[in-house]
Amino acid sequence: MRITGRLPVALGCLAGIHLLVIFAGFVSPYSFDAQERFHSFAPPTRVHFFDSNGKFHLRPFVYAVASGDENSNEYREDRSVTYPISFFTAGEEYSLFGVWPCQRHLFGVNAPARIYLLGADGFGRDQLSRLLYGGRVSLFGGFLAAALSVLLGLGVGAMAGFYGGRADDLMMRIADVFIVVPWFYLLLAIRAVLPLHIQPEAAFLLVVATIGVVGWARPARLVRGVALSQRERNFVLAARGFGASNFYLLRRHILPSAWGVALTQMAVLIPQFILAEVILSFLGLGIGEPVPSWGNMLAYAQQYHILVSYWWMLIPGLAPVPVFLAYHGLADYLHARLQSVS
Amino acid sequence: MIRYLIRRLGHALLLLWGVSTLLFFLLQAAPGEFFSDMRINPQISPGTIAALRSQYGMDRPLPARYFHWMESVAKGEFGYSFAYNLPVSTLLAPRIRNTLLLTVPALLISWLIAVPVGVLAAYRKGNWMDRAFSVGTSTLLALPDLLIALLVLLFALRTGFFPVGGMTSSNQPQGWWKIMLDTAWHMALPVAALVLGSLPTLLRHTRASIVEVLDSSFMRAAHGHGLSAKSSLFRHALPAAANPLISLFGLSVAALLSVSLLVEVIVGWPGIGPLLIEAILIRDLFVVIAAVVFSTMFLVIGNLLADILLYAFDPRIRVQ
Repeated sequence: MRITGRLPVALGCLAGIHLLVIFAGFVSPYSFDAQERFHSFAPPTRVHFFDSNGKFHLRPFVYAVASGDENSNEYREDRSVTYPISFFTAGEEYSLFGVWPCQRHLFGVNAPARIYLLGADGFGRDQLSRLLYGGRVSLFGGFLAAALSVLLGLGVGAMAGFYGGRADDLMMRIADVFIVVPWFYLLLAIRAVLPLHIQPEAAFLLVVATIGVVGWARPARLVRGVALSQRERNFVLAARGFGASNFYLLRRHILPSAWGVALTQMAVLIPQFILAEVILSFLGLGIGEPVPSWGNMLAYAQQYHILVSYWWMLIPGLAPVPVFLAYHGLADYLHARLQSVS
Repeated sequence: MIRYLIRRLGHALLLLWGVSTLLFFLLQAAPGEFFSDMRINPQISPGTIAALRSQYGMDRPLPARYFHWMESVAKGEFGYSFAYNLPVSTLLAPRIRNTLLLTVPALLISWLIAVPVGVLAAYRKGNWMDRAFSVGTSTLLALPDLLIALLVLLFALRTGFFPVGGMTSSNQPQGWWKIMLDTAWHMALPVAALVLGSLPTLLRHTRASIVEVLDSSFMRAAHGHGLSAKSSLFRHALPAAANPLISLFGLSVAALLSVSLLVEVIVGWPGIGPLLIEAILIRDLFVVIAAVVFSTMFLVIGNLLADILLYAFDPRIRVQ
């Protein structure tokens, strides 16, 4: 009951975050690699409504910030000129869905002022923009890896459970090996096999494939359990009696019954795999600069002086929290739903 | 009991052998090796590299290398580290000790917290305490371990109450008692991060299994017969709920090992974690294999312990 009520919240939250990330180019004021040398570790820009004379502006505005000299990270606002925030403004070019070139941004300010709602990193790159672009890598990386795992699990599990015998034994022994190694160590071991210094795009595919392949065993086991019990059901036996082929039985009776398990596994695995990508990139074994991922953004916070002085560098670690909460809620719902059905 | 144990032990050894062999062949197939970086260095002649490779037996065919490696495993050396020029076991032994120094206390502490709190939440199911519990655990569950470790580190840096980095002070005190205190002081933070990372899962499972038992018909019967709440909880509910929790014990070892790797890297604790990452980056193959195999061994030992405990606690297992 309580779980059902939370479902729309969880789904809405996920849809919102994914939309933000898909439209990262539009929502973020800058591109993920736009550097501003003089704004290294600029703190989050303050949005004002009252100017220095105490006059109220309906349109919020910001001040340009500058530090005394280039090496100092003490920033002061220059209160003489106001830079109003303009909405749906033209800015740096980006491509929508990777296809259409586009210049419209949700908001922005005129140069020389820059707006960093979540501060800037060491290269003066806007954290908000990088967080949104990084979300693309981390969220979709986790999603694709989970999809790969569950598909592999469905295929192997259904086959093993349906045909049984020698193939089943072999598959489940291999699955045992995958389950018995602490999965993060296994992930690192497989990562050790693959090349280290590669292009970000290749690294993304590689990381997704690695995480996906390492995680196949658990869904495979669960699907196998379903297939084993379905195989003996009367309707399957009847269909076989009418001359249905193995392929037909698998497609029409076994796989559809594994659907619920597969969906629940998706909801369980996606947050786990998002985290896996974040950790790999954090350790320098995943997606590297300049392409942002929540992991490689968070890696800067490993340095003590950054961790202590610039709290906004920790935000990439907080970004997964709402996503995880939503996925956990979804997994609980699917699990409860599945139990009440069976 | 003995026969059961021997069978389980044999199974575990077979599994470890399988894992290590699989890893060996997998890593041999990897592109690039430790010596490939040397080739770029103009100061090292190809002859030197060839000599080094033959010294380590890297120029022999794959089966020969495998048997050579198996031989060194049998001798307890687990191959040779190219980077440190040491047998892997010598390199790994102190690291394993340090990792255990973190994980064992963390395991004990998190179970000592999880069981009473989980029982309390299950016992007061539905009231404000239970609700606060469920909000707390789901929030903690959604916090990435990475962030927890960084926050703990931040806390140490900000307050200055706890030392940061390594496991001993730079001016190490004399006397075993003082050394122990010093190490415990360094351990506090990583252990805290590990406990926070592993606690939510344990809490939720404890609560769930106790709730299930409390809802069962025999508990209602006990209640109906007028047993006091206290005696029914301790005498009947807890032993009945112990079974899934003991199985969870084995799994919690695995979870803890994975979190420990991260925590060690972040707080700079000289455990297996930093060594493994470094070995992956420079392709020090045998170190990678040994680290993964040892982590698997801990997991297997955890499961074995859980099985023995189950055997002791649950008479139903013994019948089979």
